[in-house]
Amino acid sequence: MPSLSYTSRRELEEHSFSPAVTLLVPVAAILVQVLLAKLYWRLAMLDLPLIVTIFFSVSRRSPAVGTVTGAAIGLIQDALTGRPVGVNGMAKSVIGYIAASIGIKVDVDSLLTRILMNFGFSLLNSLILFLINRRMLGTPGAHPAYAQELLRAVANTVVSIPIFLLLDTTKRVA
Amino acid sequence: MESFFTRFKNVLVLVAVLLAQTIGLAIQVRRPVVKGEPDGVKVTLLRTSVVAVVTPFEKFFHGIGYNVRYGWSNYIDLRDTRQQNRNLKDEIARLRLEQAQMAEDALEGQRLQTLLDFQRNYVTSTVAAQVIGSSGTDQSRVVYIDKGAANGLKVDQAVITPDGIVGKIRETYPHTSQVLLINDQGSGAGVLLEKTRIRAIVRGSQGGRIVITNLTPDNRIKPGEKVLTSGGDQVYPRGLNVGVIESIEPDLEHQPYTLIQVKPTTNLFQLEEVLVITGTQGTLPAVARKDLAQGAATAKEIAKARAADDAEEAEAEAKAQSAAQIVAEKLPSLQDEKTPDDASKTTPESPAGVVPRPLPTLHPDRFTPGTTPPASSLTPGAEHSVMTYPPQQTQHPATKAEPQPESNDSSPDSGDAAPVKRPAPIKKALPQTPRQDQNQVQGQTVPAQTRPAVPKSAAPEPETPSNTQGPDR
Repeated sequence: MPSLSYTSRRELEEHSFSPAVTLLVPVAAILVQVLLAKLYWRLAMLDLPLIVTIFFSVSRRSPAVGTVTGAAIGLIQDALTGRPVGVNGMAKSVIGYIAASIGIKVDVDSLLTRILMNFGFSLLNSLILFLINRRMLGTPGAHPAYAQELLRAVANTVVSIPIFLLLDTTKRVA
Repeated sequence: MESFFTRFKNVLVLVAVLLAQTIGLAIQVRRPVVKGEPDGVKVTLLRTSVVAVVTPFEKFFHGIGYNVRYGWSNYIDLRDTRQQNRNLKDEIARLRLEQAQMAEDALEGQRLQTLLDFQRNYVTSTVAAQVIGSSGTDQSRVVYIDKGAANGLKVDQAVITPDGIVGKIRETYPHTSQVLLINDQGSGAGVLLEKTRIRAIVRGSQGGRIVITNLTPDNRIKPGEKVLTSGGDQVYPRGLNVGVIESIEPDLEHQPYTLIQVKPTTNLFQLEEVLVITGTQGTLPAVARKDLAQGAATAKEIAKARAADDAEEAEAEAKAQSAAQIVAEKLPSLQDEKTPDDASKTTPESPAGVVPRPLPTLHPDRFTPGTTPPASSLTPGAEHSVMTYPPQQTQHPATKAEPQPESNDSSPDSGDAAPVKRPAPIKKALPQTPRQDQNQVQGQTVPAQTRPAVPKSAAPEPETPSNTQGPDR
């Protein structure tokens, strides 16, 4: 009888998603984001694609897949803006990689971990975007707006909890 | 080697992805600006693909919202429509008057511009479009409209609303266009300050505001001044509203320039319908010329009507005057012969007007005006004399009046030697008590305790015979 052994948390709780979910959820997140921002301009503060990136990265627990997922979502997001393509792609690539790396070592299914994770990644996303704008693109007048970014992080964290619970239903054990 | 790639697979993927995107960013940033092509071919392909996927959903949801909203307001919620119609008619009438007032000046300006060979672009054609989507992020302020290249839209065409400018078309797709709003960080427009006529450039800021950063401090620039497009950027026609100066403060990062914040006249955060300017020309459009001609004709009509009204009023006044004269001639008793003389007498020579004379005193006493002799006539250390009073002007019912000399008719304090006729029934008109008489000075009652008590013993010797005729109290 072959012995069943788990060498890491990744092998213990690695999840996969159907291709439809993998494709449609990011597109839906971008679409809802666009519609919400048009409905009320202050809702542009939310970043639903970021939340989806974090969810897929921590669920799959593969940094390479997380990086590619983040890059793809970020590039689609960039394509709808008037800015150079790649700004959000780079930011979400980094976040996808880190989120997947954390997911290997930490229990990301607990509520507290999710709250802390979303809050931290939202701040990190703002920091990376600021650095890209300031250092790589040389955008004039780019300043860190601390209060606004904190508010954005809180809003994303609040919204991410029900979204994570909703997306949990699409998980398949690999 | 194989183990190296296997071991560092994740990191290598991350580095490769970041490197590829960094190179892509560098290519986009370094790419020379080509008019009408904001992006390279590959980026345009990516954007077109994503927009093609997202836009149908945006149009679908926008259509649902639009139909629900306008279906309700157009067919169900019609409560105030009649009132709104009346208000709009009133407004049209008012605007016609305004147009008539401005038409003459506008036509004169047109003639002068033609004489000076002044180049100016007038909006000749626009395409109305609805906003169907946005970028979804507050770091890029662009919106999508439901009209594209198929409707004749091109890159860099100005997008406006009746309130003011909105932005310009950044990219066109077959049935959709991307509009870069004026408050985006990468946006700008040439502007003119309305009062001071200073030219400047407005830019979008990080927080979604529009600012002017290329002006040095100038005391003439004040908050509240309107900002208009100058037409110098070849995108926005001259004279469109941009906004109003909200605040002026020193730009700490770029001394000695100032940071002027402009509040846009258009609500850039809640756009529903916009106009894309698709055509301009150097001469005034035919429709505008027709409107101006109509305004000028209305102005002439108004002037004629006013002249006719004035003539009618003058005629009516003349008729009324002549009628009054006829009546006056037929009724001579109404004419007062003394009126012209009295009028000439009462006409004040000084601007202060006529000083009212005091009413004649019924019971003169030591407080009656004019009874006190002038200070120059008093002698220090003189003997106490008996106080005398001026003669009684009217007959008291209890006493018999003695015949008075003619000179006593003049008022003692007036200083006027001219005889003044006293009204006969003054006693009936002023039934005052003796105490009230004491306190009355020129028609004003003064409290008794505030007046100086003059003892009889301190009264000076009378100089005029009039002071010796009054009754002693």
